[in-house]
Amino acid sequence: MAEHPSELRYTTEHEWVRVEDDGTATVGVTFFAQDQLGDVVYIVLPSVGDTVQKDSKMGEIESVKSVSDLFVPVSGEITEVNQDVIDNPERVNEDPHGAGWMVRIRMSDESELDRLLTGEQYDEAVAI
Amino acid sequence: MSNNAESLLRTALYGCHVAAGARLVPFAGYEMPVQYQGVIAEVKAVRSGVGMFDVSHMGRISIQGGGAASFMDSLVTFSVKTLATGRARYGFILTDTGGVLDDVILYHTQHEDGSDLLRLVCNAANRAAVVAWMERHVPAFRGVSFVDNTDETVLVAVQGPRALAVIDELCIGDPKPSALRPFGADEFAFSLGDGAIAAGFVGRTGYTGEDGVEIAMDADYGPRLWDALAAAGVTPCGLGARDVLRLEAGLRLHGSDMDVTTTPLEAGLSRFVNMDKELFHGRDALELQEDDGLNRLLVGLRLLGGGVPRHGCAILNNGESIGEITSGTYSPILDTGIAMGYVPHDFSAPGNQVHIDLRGRLVEAEITEMPFYRRPKS
Repeated sequence: MAEHPSELRYTTEHEWVRVEDDGTATVGVTFFAQDQLGDVVYIVLPSVGDTVQKDSKMGEIESVKSVSDLFVPVSGEITEVNQDVIDNPERVNEDPHGAGWMVRIRMSDESELDRLLTGEQYDEAVAI
Repeated sequence: MSNNAESLLRTALYGCHVAAGARLVPFAGYEMPVQYQGVIAEVKAVRSGVGMFDVSHMGRISIQGGGAASFMDSLVTFSVKTLATGRARYGFILTDTGGVLDDVILYHTQHEDGSDLLRLVCNAANRAAVVAWMERHVPAFRGVSFVDNTDETVLVAVQGPRALAVIDELCIGDPKPSALRPFGADEFAFSLGDGAIAAGFVGRTGYTGEDGVEIAMDADYGPRLWDALAAAGVTPCGLGARDVLRLEAGLRLHGSDMDVTTTPLEAGLSRFVNMDKELFHGRDALELQEDDGLNRLLVGLRLLGGGVPRHGCAILNNGESIGEITSGTYSPILDTGIAMGYVPHDFSAPGNQVHIDLRGRLVEAEITEMPFYRRPKS
């Protein structure tokens, strides 16, 4: 479905990854995730310079009704954190795959991308 | 899990919720809407305009007979004998050890023949316990009978600064519901479209901190009432928004902020307990607690850092746990986390600073007066 664009890669933990022209990976949470969470009101993210390991916890996302962990989709170093989404968590609901992005990672092992889901596979995984 | 959808009850408004695209969740044995468009948008609709909630799952029990007032007076913490016709009161049904069996609203009204009728509204989750408690104690009151008529009616809460104007529009005849004072109640006739007219029992009560009413109406007319309100511009709101609104308004939730292990005094609600009454279940225990002094008190907490406090989070003073959050949420109007929780009585003064353990992250918070939000005087 169009909610999960084919140019992105996905995790079963509901993060998405976009590989930018400069080779960094932009990370956010999926349309499905924000829809399930409802109004997002608070986000905890790692800091620029942090080294993060695939599948480890990198932060938290809280909606009015629930709180979920954010997981690292690809290993590497955090090169950028979206301060706008920290200040305005509603961006995640408004534009989950765009302005609602969370961090950029300089990947240490690009082969990890191959283990992520395609949009089609992710749609199947969440059965929408 | 007992969340099997097949075993869940549905209110008469279930079809309206599905048609409106509500997200449904199990709640107190019912399949209930938790949100329609989104919790925050619904909260804002109620604070700035008007919203409606299906609260048909709440228990509704009618009590009648010559000694009905004496019977209920023995069970609740407020005076029923001085409750005038057309008025309602909020208070508690207590166990004999002073624990809160439920918090209730009791309306004093009349049958068409002029005889007295008391209408009790209790929490859905406590309906069976309340009925059992009443069955146990009613034999001492000859001629008193009661009937649980929850399923015969819908109960719709219409809340917000525009609530009375919208309700008045649907009402035919005079006076209109806006003539009711807060905690006043009476029956009115409503035009529900296509020539349908139905009687509704209206109380100027609610659970949001806003002005508004709660309307009980024959279940057969429930969907028409809901649709007529929607057509009049009332925003459908779910349990998610209701929880945020009641927390901002400092209103306790039974089962979270109080239960049979806590007394109304500990919950900070002694103003709803009339100790001038000589006899009611739980009174002796409360008197004893008044003499001994309270060990703990429910307080309001406002987060000074980010995050959302939730049920079960520890409250810390100098690194030591001194209590637990009983309920918490994000407050859109304050743009911060707010909560209620029990702390030692000698630490309960507003202004005291604590930490709340949000899943391992310690966030500063301040004990504050409740309500967190008070509506502007109109």
